Amino acid sequence: MSALQKVMGWVDDRFPLTATYKAHLSEYYAPKNFNFWYFFGSLALLLLVLQIVTGIFLTMNYKPDAELAFASVEYIMRDVEWGWLIRYMHSTGASLFFVVVYLHMFRGLMYGSYRKPRELIWIFGVLIYLALMAEAFLGYLLPWGQMSFWGAQVIVNLFAAVPFIGEDLSIWIRGDFVISDATLNRFFAFHVIALPLVLLGLVVVHLVALHEVGSNNPDGIEIKKHKDPVTHIPLDGIPFHPYYTVKDIVGVIVFLMVFSAIMFFGPEMGGYFLEAANFIPADPLKTPEHIAPLWYFTPFYAILRAVPPMFGSQFPGVVAMGLSIVFLFFLPWLDRSKVKSIRYRGPIYKTMLALFIVSFIGLGYLGLLPSTPVATIFAQVFSVIYFLFFLLMPWYTSIEKTKPEPERVTG
Amino acid sequence: MKRLKNFLLLLAAAPIVAFASTTVHLDRAPVNVADQDSLQRGARVFVNYCLSCHSAASMRYSRLQDLGLTEEQIKDNLLFAAEKPGETMKVGMSKADAKAWFGATPPDLSVIARSRGADWLYTYLRSFYRDDSRATGWNNTVFDKVGMPHVMWDLQGEMAPVYKKVDGHEVVDRLELVKPGSVTLAEYDAMVGDLVNYLVWMGEPDQLKRKQLGIIVLAFLAFFFVVAYYLKKEFWKDIH
Repeated sequence: MSALQKVMGWVDDRFPLTATYKAHLSEYYAPKNFNFWYFFGSLALLLLVLQIVTGIFLTMNYKPDAELAFASVEYIMRDVEWGWLIRYMHSTGASLFFVVVYLHMFRGLMYGSYRKPRELIWIFGVLIYLALMAEAFLGYLLPWGQMSFWGAQVIVNLFAAVPFIGEDLSIWIRGDFVISDATLNRFFAFHVIALPLVLLGLVVVHLVALHEVGSNNPDGIEIKKHKDPVTHIPLDGIPFHPYYTVKDIVGVIVFLMVFSAIMFFGPEMGGYFLEAANFIPADPLKTPEHIAPLWYFTPFYAILRAVPPMFGSQFPGVVAMGLSIVFLFFLPWLDRSKVKSIRYRGPIYKTMLALFIVSFIGLGYLGLLPSTPVATIFAQVFSVIYFLFFLLMPWYTSIEKTKPEPERVTG
Repeated sequence: MKRLKNFLLLLAAAPIVAFASTTVHLDRAPVNVADQDSLQRGARVFVNYCLSCHSAASMRYSRLQDLGLTEEQIKDNLLFAAEKPGETMKVGMSKADAKAWFGATPPDLSVIARSRGADWLYTYLRSFYRDDSRATGWNNTVFDKVGMPHVMWDLQGEMAPVYKKVDGHEVVDRLELVKPGSVTLAEYDAMVGDLVNYLVWMGEPDQLKRKQLGIIVLAFLAFFFVVAYYLKKEFWKDIH
């Protein structure tokens, strides 16, 4: 026995190191027909790590103080060695995290990854998405620019629309009557400790649930149905390591090239990743002409604005915005189709999914613009389509004629 | 299906047309942060004209060494409002005084180019005109009723508006030089160009380094991609 084997044996008697490595990497059998869309899960994990590591370094020089926050970010950009690079990694990473997560979710929609037996994976995933939105929103206050301040003001005021307790609720969230130093401090605490812990925990259960049932694939069929009679290994499965680790490295490099192209040559991304107005320090006395949330929130912001105030309250809009995410949780039970993958579904589902995506992007675009009567009508149409995708799903997925699924994966 | 897709695309594109809006025309600023001579000239204008009222509190004088100036040159020629080159560009005037004199505190200019944009600054600094109805005696076509006076009027001279009628309202059509300054308009434009170039550089002093590093990183990734691609191919050759 070599020295290494001895050490491993010693550890394995006390901690399931080899067993864990086998269960999750070298003997975790993933379908061999993953395509392009399957890169985004590992990329999301990469971004989580990147955000945490760059975040730690930013925290070393950032000052969560209304008097100092804005200047401390500029201090990082100028006086901290490589501070600009770390800051841009964090800001670019935040936006690209949403790009990757949206594509990851779209993959789930296309191939029915949320269907039985993967309902919990999907639910944990939606929770991750919610936590990520909270994390991004909290983090955006920290640079203490005009958009940080007024964006937070608008969003926290949404809670004030809740009947009866709204006013108290929004004061409780802010810790003050307006967004202030107290708000900045608590947002900082949540952004650097509370939410990252929640996110990490959720990512762990997301992966544990995934590895319990096994990955879905573009055909939406279960590879565990056909196992080798002797080894009990799925016939269409290949060990995650080394096959998908070497494949994901290729995906990571391509992704990093996109990441680098943005970060090094246009970190503001035309004002979508870093807004011009956020280079003006927060001024509670001066409301910007146009307050737009960051691009990844705009679809929901557009839904909010599309709902007219009722009885002098914005609350219905807030409810609609909340519901637009709540519906995602029920997706596994709304879908009644006999097949999982879009490959074997009929034209109705394909059309509905296309309409849903167009509406989502349309809402995202409209959410960036100032509210006008024409824009509101468009936003209302898109909002209705968005909700109909979910509400009508039990009906259109059950009546639709589907194509027969193959027995084995088709590559 | 295809027709439907086209229709949807059209539907999605419609708002772009519907919401296209008109704004003040801005001239294109001649920005080139690799041009050190221009940046040095811009820094001189900045220190002489802007820094008496505006601070650049995130910018250290010593950073001007990036523009090819020595510490001695900075000390001798540019250090009016500070004692050591390691200090940031602060301003003596108190915020309360500034508010009383101009109606608003002059904003810090450290990242002004990133919030306003180079073209806006370039146009704004060339668009002051005489307006006796204003306390300062100056107005601006880009920023109506601005609190800032035309600080560089001795250089540009005095401009007066030429009006035209639009829907029965008098609006400023263009500006006309009525009292020449110490330099020609073309020289003034070039000077403002240098100043704006400097402001863009000051907004992010590491921007040139950022782009240079970006090329190296992308080249490395491109090389790494080739290696990783063939590694993947080798591993996957018996998966069918």
